[in-house]
Amino acid sequence: MTMMTGAEIVIRCLQEEKVEYVFGYPGGSVLHIYDALFKQDQIKHILVRHEQAAVHAADGLARSSHKVGVALVTSGPGATNAVTGIATAYMDSVPLVVISGQVPNAYIGQDAFQECDTVGITRPCVKHNFLVNDVHQLAVTMKKAFYIANSGRPGPVVVDIPKDVTAAKCKFEYPETIQMRSYNPVIKGHLGQIRKAVHLLLEAKRPMIYSGGGAILSNGAEQLTRLTRRLGFPITNTLMGLGAYPGTDRQFLGMPGMHGTVEANLAMQHCDVLLAIGARFDDRVIGNPDNFSSLPRKIIHVDIDPSSISKRVKVDVPIVGNVPDVLEEMLRLLDAGNASPDPEVLAAWWHEIEEWRAKQCMKYRMKKSIIMPQYVMEKLYEVTGGKAIVTSDVGQHQMWAAQYYKFDEPRRWLNSGGLGTMGVGLPYAMGAALQHPEMQVACVTGEGSIQMCIQELSTAKQFRLPIKIINLNNRYLGMVRQWQEMFYGSRYSESYMDSLPDFVKLAEAYGHVGMRIEKPEDVEPALRKAFIEHKDDLVFMDFITDQKANVFPMVAAGKGLADMILTEDL
Amino acid sequence: MRHIISVLLENEAGALSRVAGLFSARAYNIETLTVAPTEDVSLSRLTIVTSGTDAVIEQITKQLNKLIDVIKVVDLSEAAHIERELMLIKVRATGKDREELKRLADIFRGHIIDVTESTYVVELTASGAKLDSFIQAIDAGLILETVRTGVCGIGRGERILKSLIRANCRTVKEIP
Ligand SMILES: Cc1ncc(C[n+]2csc(CCOP(=O)(O)OP(=O)(O)O)c2C)c(N)n1
Ligand SMILES: [Mg+2]
Repeated sequence: MTMMTGAEIVIRCLQEEKVEYVFGYPGGSVLHIYDALFKQDQIKHILVRHEQAAVHAADGLARSSHKVGVALVTSGPGATNAVTGIATAYMDSVPLVVISGQVPNAYIGQDAFQECDTVGITRPCVKHNFLVNDVHQLAVTMKKAFYIANSGRPGPVVVDIPKDVTAAKCKFEYPETIQMRSYNPVIKGHLGQIRKAVHLLLEAKRPMIYSGGGAILSNGAEQLTRLTRRLGFPITNTLMGLGAYPGTDRQFLGMPGMHGTVEANLAMQHCDVLLAIGARFDDRVIGNPDNFSSLPRKIIHVDIDPSSISKRVKVDVPIVGNVPDVLEEMLRLLDAGNASPDPEVLAAWWHEIEEWRAKQCMKYRMKKSIIMPQYVMEKLYEVTGGKAIVTSDVGQHQMWAAQYYKFDEPRRWLNSGGLGTMGVGLPYAMGAALQHPEMQVACVTGEGSIQMCIQELSTAKQFRLPIKIINLNNRYLGMVRQWQEMFYGSRYSESYMDSLPDFVKLAEAYGHVGMRIEKPEDVEPALRKAFIEHKDDLVFMDFITDQKANVFPMVAAGKGLADMILTEDL
Repeated sequence: MRHIISVLLENEAGALSRVAGLFSARAYNIETLTVAPTEDVSLSRLTIVTSGTDAVIEQITKQLNKLIDVIKVVDLSEAAHIERELMLIKVRATGKDREELKRLADIFRGHIIDVTESTYVVELTASGAKLDSFIQAIDAGLILETVRTGVCGIGRGERILKSLIRANCRTVKEIP
C-alpha cells in the first residue's frame, strides 16, 4: 500500500463514493485538498461564487437524485457562509457531506487566522459532525460521514479537517462497510403494527392518505402510488412530498396546509383514519395542533425517525421503518388477505370530497393588461409538458409553483420547505442541471429571493447550465406584503422592493439571455422561445406580475385547517 | 414529573455538548447532569435529571436516541432504581457549633474530611432530597460553600444498561 497525504485521501474517498461533482470555494486551510483535486480528473469541481450556494447546489443535486451532495469550503468565513446551506438541508433531511478546512491542530483554540469552531457552530443543524485530528482516522471518518448522511433519516454531515491533517501521510485503506454500535437505523416495520394498520385502513369509513418528504427521500413513491391505487383512497402530498403521487391523478387532492386546497384540508380534518407516511405534522400542514386533535380520528404514522412520531400529534399506530419496506408489507398483507375496502362506503366519502373539490378553490381571475402569476405557472406547466425539474425560492411564487405545477414524479420539485431559505432557487437549479443534463430545469423565483444568490449567474455561465429563471416580479416581498395586508392593516413596512436592477441587462451582463414580459399574451410565446429557441442558454425571464395578487386558500397561522380564507376574486 | 434518564454514549470529544445542546435547543429542562467514563473507557455514562409531561419525556428519550454518539437511553425512574448524589459542604465550625455540626454529620451518615480551627468540610452521599434536608438542618449562617455532583443513578437488581444492545433506534415506549 502506498502512502498518501490527507488531502489525497479526501479525494480518494470521494472517488470511492462515486462522487461526480463537488461544489466549493478554495481558501488557505483547504489548499492541500485543492491541490489534490487539481491532480485528478475524475471528480469535477464546481466553483461557486459564495459558499452558501455551494451547499445549496450540492443539496439541489441530492434532492434531484438519490445521491449524497458534496461541498468543500475553507475554514472560518468559508464554514460560516456554509451554515445557512447546512441548516436548510438539515430541516429537509437532505443527505450531504460538507468538508470544511480547519486551522492546523496546533493552532486550534488560539484565535488563529480564519479559525472558527465549525463543529460547535454547526452542531445543532447537522445530523452529525466530525473534527478529524488524526490522518489515520480520515478515511474511516469519510466512510462514516457518507453512511450517516444517506441512511436512516438522511441529513447533512460536516467533516472538519485541520490543515496539518491534509498534509500528513498514512496508508490508505477504505473500509467496504461500516458498523457503528451507536447507529443502526431500522428498516423493516413492526409486523404486528403493520397488521393493525391494515385492519384500520380496511375498516375506515373516511380514510385519507397524507404523505410528505419522507416518501420521496426513501424512494418510496412507487410503493405509495401502488398502495393508494390499490386502496382507492384520497391522497394529499405536502409541499415536500409533491410528486410522490401523480399530481394529475383523480385520487390526488392537492397540497394540504396553510396554502392547501379546500378538498385536501377538509379531508385531512374530517377523515376517520389518517395514514401519514414520511410526514411530520408540521405547523404549516396541520395548522393548530389542538384544533386538529380535537376531532376523533385514528392516526397511523409510518416514519423512519421515531422522534417524528407523536411529536406534535398523538398517534394511534406508530410504525418505525423505511417507507417502501413498510408499504410493501402493507400491500403484501392486503393481497394475502385478498382484502379491499368496502366500495360503497368509499363512494359516499368520495362524494363528499367531490363536493369540496367542486368549489375550485384555486380559480383566479385573469386581468386584461396585467400578468397574473398563477397564469405564468400554468403556462410553464404546459410549455414544459409537466416534465421539468422545478426549483423555487421562498415566498408567494413558491406557493403558486407548488399549487399550479402538477408534479407527476418524485424529485422534480425542489424547494426549501423546512427552513424556508430565500436564495436556494438558483443554486438548486445548478445542482439539478448538472445531475440531469438531459432535463429542462426551471427556477421559479421572486425579485427579492433571486437577489439573495444572484452572484451564481456567473457560476451558471462558467459551467453552461441552461437554467430557465422564471422571475415573478411583483416589486414586493410578496409573502410579507400579503401578511401585512391581511394582519397588519395594510401597513407595508419594508416590504416594497425599491431600486430593483434591470434584470434583463443584469442577465446580459453575466453573459446570459434576458427577457422582460409585461403582457399576458406574451407569457406563452416567451416561455416557448426560452425553452425551445434558447434551449441551451440560461434565460432570465422577468415577468412583471400583478402586485396585489395573494396566495389562496390560506389558513392563518394558529388557526384550524377548516378555517380557510378563500379568494375574494370569484 | 421528575425523571432520571441514563444515557450510554461514545466517550468522544464533543459528545457531552451534543447532549447539553439538545436540551437547550429544544427547551427541555435539566436539573442535574453528571457524566464520567465507565469500566469500558470507550463509553461514558451520563445521568440527567429532568422534568416534564409524559409527552416531553418521550420526546427527550427519542431525541437522545437520535444522537449518533448515543448508544442506549433508559428512563431509570420507570422502575426500581437507586439514586445518589455527593455533596461537599464547608461550614463555619467554632465554639459549641463544632460539636453540634459533628453530631449532625453523624446523623446524616456524613464524614468530616477536612478540619481547621474554624471550619469543617463535610462529605455527604445520599439522595438529592436528603442533601437538601442536611442543608436545611444547618444554621444557614454557618454554611460557607457547597458543591454537589448532581445525581447519578442505577437500576435495581437485574436492570442493566449494556452497550451491546443493537437496535438503539427503538425507544422503550415505541410500541404501545
Ligand atoms: C433568508 C430569508 N430571509 C427572510 C425570509 C422571510 N420571507 C419569506 S417570504 C419573503 C418574501 C420573498 O419575496 P420574493 O422573493 O419577491 O417573493 P414573493 O413573495 O414576492 O413571490 C420573505 C422576506 C426568508 N424566508 N428567508
Ligand atoms: Mg416579490
